[in-house]
Amino acid sequence: MAARIQGQPIWDAAIIKTAMIDSFKKLTPHYQIRNPVMFAVYIGSILTSCLFIQSLFGKGEAPAGFIFAITLWLWFTLIFANFAEAMAEGRGKAQANTLRKSRLDILAKKLSSHSRDAKYQLIPATKLRAGDIVLVEAGDVVPSDGEAIEGIASVNESAITGESAPVIRESGGDRSAVTGGTEVISDWLVVRVTANPGETFLDHMIELIEGTKRQKTPNELALTILLAALTMVFLLVCATLLAFSIYSYHALGLGSVVSITVLVALFVCLAPTTIGGLLSAIGIAGMDRMIQANVIALSGRAVESAGDVNVLILDKTGTVTLGNRQATEFIPAEGVKGETLADAAQLASLADETPEGRSIVILAKENFHLRGRELHELGATFIPFTAQTRMSGANLPGRQIRKGAAQAIEIYLHQMGGVFPASVRTTVDIIARQGGTPLVVAEGNKVLGVICLKDIVKGGIRERFAELRQMGIKTIMVTGDNPLTAAAIAAEAGVDDFLANATPEDKLALIRRLQAQGHLVAMAGDGTNDAPALAQADVALAMNTGTQAAKEAGNLVDLDSNPTKLIEIVEIGKQLLMTRGALTTFSIANDIAKYFAIIPAAFASTYPALNAMNIMHLTTPQSAILSAVIFNGLIIVALIPLALRGVTYRHVSAEILLRTHVFIYGLGGLIAPFVGIKLIDLLIRFLGLAYL
Amino acid sequence: MTANGTFQIVLYLVVLIALVKPLGWYMARVYEGKLRTPILRHIETFTYRLAGVSPDSEMNWKRYLSAMLLFNLLGMMILYALARLQLHLPFNPQHFSAVAPDLAFNTATSFATNTNWQAYAGESTLSYLTQMLGLTVQNFLSAATGMALLIAMIRGLVRQETTNLGNFWVDMVRGTLYVLIPLSLIFSLVLVSQGVIQNLAPYKTASLIATVKYEQAKLDDAGQVIKDSHDVPVMEAKVVTEQVIPMGPVASQIAIKQLGTNGGGFFNVNSAHPFENPTPLTNFLEMLAILLIPAALCYTFGMMVRDTKQGWVILFAMLFIYVPLTIGTISIEQSGNPALSKLGISQAAMPNISPGGNMEGKETRFGIVNSAIWATATTATSNGSVNTMLDSFMPLSGLVPLWLMQLGEVVFGGVGSGLSGMLIFIILTVFIAGLMVGRTPEYLGKKIEPYEMKMASFTVLIMPLVVLVMTAVAVVTHVGINSISNPGTHGYSEILYAFSSLTNNNGSAFAGLNANTPFYNIWGGIAILIGRYWYAIPTLAIAGSLARKKAIPSGAGTLPTNTFLFLVLLIGVVIVVGALTFFPALALGPIVEQLTLWNQYGS
Repeated sequence: MAARIQGQPIWDAAIIKTAMIDSFKKLTPHYQIRNPVMFAVYIGSILTSCLFIQSLFGKGEAPAGFIFAITLWLWFTLIFANFAEAMAEGRGKAQANTLRKSRLDILAKKLSSHSRDAKYQLIPATKLRAGDIVLVEAGDVVPSDGEAIEGIASVNESAITGESAPVIRESGGDRSAVTGGTEVISDWLVVRVTANPGETFLDHMIELIEGTKRQKTPNELALTILLAALTMVFLLVCATLLAFSIYSYHALGLGSVVSITVLVALFVCLAPTTIGGLLSAIGIAGMDRMIQANVIALSGRAVESAGDVNVLILDKTGTVTLGNRQATEFIPAEGVKGETLADAAQLASLADETPEGRSIVILAKENFHLRGRELHELGATFIPFTAQTRMSGANLPGRQIRKGAAQAIEIYLHQMGGVFPASVRTTVDIIARQGGTPLVVAEGNKVLGVICLKDIVKGGIRERFAELRQMGIKTIMVTGDNPLTAAAIAAEAGVDDFLANATPEDKLALIRRLQAQGHLVAMAGDGTNDAPALAQADVALAMNTGTQAAKEAGNLVDLDSNPTKLIEIVEIGKQLLMTRGALTTFSIANDIAKYFAIIPAAFASTYPALNAMNIMHLTTPQSAILSAVIFNGLIIVALIPLALRGVTYRHVSAEILLRTHVFIYGLGGLIAPFVGIKLIDLLIRFLGLAYL
Repeated sequence: MTANGTFQIVLYLVVLIALVKPLGWYMARVYEGKLRTPILRHIETFTYRLAGVSPDSEMNWKRYLSAMLLFNLLGMMILYALARLQLHLPFNPQHFSAVAPDLAFNTATSFATNTNWQAYAGESTLSYLTQMLGLTVQNFLSAATGMALLIAMIRGLVRQETTNLGNFWVDMVRGTLYVLIPLSLIFSLVLVSQGVIQNLAPYKTASLIATVKYEQAKLDDAGQVIKDSHDVPVMEAKVVTEQVIPMGPVASQIAIKQLGTNGGGFFNVNSAHPFENPTPLTNFLEMLAILLIPAALCYTFGMMVRDTKQGWVILFAMLFIYVPLTIGTISIEQSGNPALSKLGISQAAMPNISPGGNMEGKETRFGIVNSAIWATATTATSNGSVNTMLDSFMPLSGLVPLWLMQLGEVVFGGVGSGLSGMLIFIILTVFIAGLMVGRTPEYLGKKIEPYEMKMASFTVLIMPLVVLVMTAVAVVTHVGINSISNPGTHGYSEILYAFSSLTNNNGSAFAGLNANTPFYNIWGGIAILIGRYWYAIPTLAIAGSLARKKAIPSGAGTLPTNTFLFLVLLIGVVIVVGALTFFPALALGPIVEQLTLWNQYGS
């Protein structure tokens, strides 16, 4: 799955370099205070630093070398956590810089009135306010977000989407939105600006990518509260140990009272620094993965909610099916040859430029090797489709060919004095029931047969829906088709449910109904009439090619304008939450081993009997404590790739996911530090540093 | 463990589990108001009319909480007044004087909160009226309060988009009238049939069959030991020819004391006293009564959330923690004291000759197995009654009751309060585990969000805070240390045990610690109050917040909370949180004591 989202490699030399510098810059108190866990470590590091300075003057509570080693590693722990965050931000920053360049130095042609011919003055784009009218001509960069109110133009949006093929933007309809920073290649547009400076899509994107305006999402906040509470508990545990140690020392008169340095070391090891240090990196990386998937999340909350979605509402056209109906079969009437039907159908469709019409010509060529002919050579006139007749066709010398819906043809035949055969009616009914659209072809007063038009379900979509079902997500297809057709396509595509004859109001009502039942609903949309439904949905993916209204109503914008991407978004959301959970579990499970390392060491002088708990057989009390602290710091670095990449999501039920993750991160988290601390202790002994 | 031991523990568990479903079902019917018993129904409606309560008016969490706090405060004040004024009130045949203010405060908080820590000896301090109208009444009401709290919490999980959590008065009346009173009535009659006394007579005096002679240090008028010129205490000979036998309305108090996880004994030695616990049958039934309601409430929970599997998972999570610890305690006690083995004394069990093992501090009538089952049951729940002296357990088996309390009294726990505490742990488990399946966490369809997390963190944080800080203060101050009777590591364990018991509203004592001093009475009372209410307030707040939410329908992507895997996770979280919080404190107490013993004498 992870391979689906292409991105830069995690370890990029330039990013590492910047991140290293940043991790030192982030050591300021106002920065550290944002993260309660790491702030507690920060205070601890300052405390041991002071103790180290004190020890230099010969009044130390422990050997200066030992305090120094502990202090050094406490600072490293902080730097490692900063480094993780800086790494996560690093990838976005490079991208943001490129984007920022396209925003600079743009001059806008501000029109004095709504007309293209009005006078304009050149002003910097940054001075434009919502409501201003600007002219954008070939070669100009669109100065701000807006809506085309006049004209048509081809626009290169690669600065935003990365897609170099130009797109058409025109006034009116669903393609009227233009984005600041894109370039008009041909023709012109009169645009009404819709965003104030600093609030444009591009500004949002830069902010999001850089993470400057990143706010904690609800779940991140809840987790932070839990971690802060755990930190408080461990702070208490360590602080009260001092009193217990004083009592033991006085009661037994052996050894000495535990040193503050050791208590700080114990506290830092116990505090959930692993998840605390990586938490913000996980969040940023989640947003970053969205960006890699070419989706802009307008709020971090949307990414999180994506993991919770349990109903996906998908438009049939463009998402479930390829977009347009295609002719799939010629079914001749009784006594008519297939070829005759195909010939007539082709003649009736030669001038029909609709995708359906073209597909009939193609089918005739494929099945009966009928080549395309020029209508005027045949002396034919094309009869276009009208809302009144609901038919189209061609008049040739001596021939009148028509194709249309069964009802329309029946009326036509009636006028021509013909009869609509019962067998053809049966065929029509069968096709309709199977989800196809029957087009009846008639010549003169005789029915030749039926063309079956069908929606083509996208390849592989059925499998994706099956995967979604396993993830516990229900898919609902929405279509304007009649229930019969909709049911057939729904069955073919493997969606769980469908809404037929749907109007935008129906769609909104469906979302409300589902939400009232407690479901979290995701949908994709592009048109202005999708906007109310998008605004209502919990996760709303707007297409970048869509209208401004749709983009504003959505909380995610897909730059590729691919509605199927909803599925990928759900996966990214789940991945983000899983990574948080996995590292929290790992972090807490780690603590057990640290007790076995530190407690016997800390009280070795008063209670030598506690050495029975030193099951790792660590060399000396000092090296035991130092090993635990070093492990605690290094594990943050070791887990950076996982935090940035995210835990791999598999399409299995929650029960199986949970079992796997409890095994890997719970049990793994329990065992890993025993091994790690032992290895570090061996290294310390090897280096001869065990007797500091 | 001996075959006899195995048999007793199996019998105990089988009978307990067999009773869970019927009683749990019954309680669910009671609290859902679906019970049709004409007589009790009449009493119920009459009570509402008398108190001017309209049973159909619902309360939001704040009103529910205020009602609970006010009611408990009133109970505390009445109990305090009774204790202070007992000399001037009837039913005081021994003419006991007023209880000292600090002790009366401690006792009032203790009984109103279901803690039942006793810094006094009942038979030499309290009048029958104080015992009956004060203690026994609070035994009922504090238990009903705990159950009401749980029911409100369950309603929070079950109800949707409402602020109403039920009516506190109705829940109190129903819990008392339909559950606690009938069960206690039956149970006390059974106890009386076995010889537990129930009277209002003055204490009896009996002549001893054999007189007892002993020497005792002579005291001056100020109560100080008189010493001779060599600084040796002056001894005087004493001859005892008769014995005072305390009487009282015992059976009525013992029944509810066991059933309502109260634990406050009528006599000082609690259920080791033959008038409280005369026969093997009473011992079995009293042990059963300790776990009965807390266990059955799991099934009540399952019924009320319309998925009994949810309840069974919680019950078995509790059992999976409780049973191994009980077996461990029995084995350690049975294997005896290495110091005695070193002297060549056999501590092996010999049928009909010697029970073997560590018998110090135990009633020979009950032996190791029944003492150990009782000790773990009484601390797993917040009962706190004892039939053995925990101070005399081996260090490691003494750790078991201590740690069971430090888990936050959620393994069974107090009636109602224990399960609602467990629900907080479930919220924590769901939060961590839920994330691992890629969903924001939810329990029974309710989303766990920052507000719930904040409140859950409060409840988890507050108990260790009080226990650790108060213990720390006590071990470094003279007022704290002076009460210790066993200096050194064991003395530290005694103080740690006292504050763990007080804060977790258990009430059992490690003995060995003189708790009737102003320091322990006042700080202990404060620990009790914080332990009870600083946990009840956030719990109700969570219930209120959950009730307002919609329930999300469950599907394949939802974390299932009624499976074995979840059971394992829940146990993991309870144990890890408990272990991480108290491991260092325990390491310096019972653990190092046991290790030192082994080092010194070999295991």
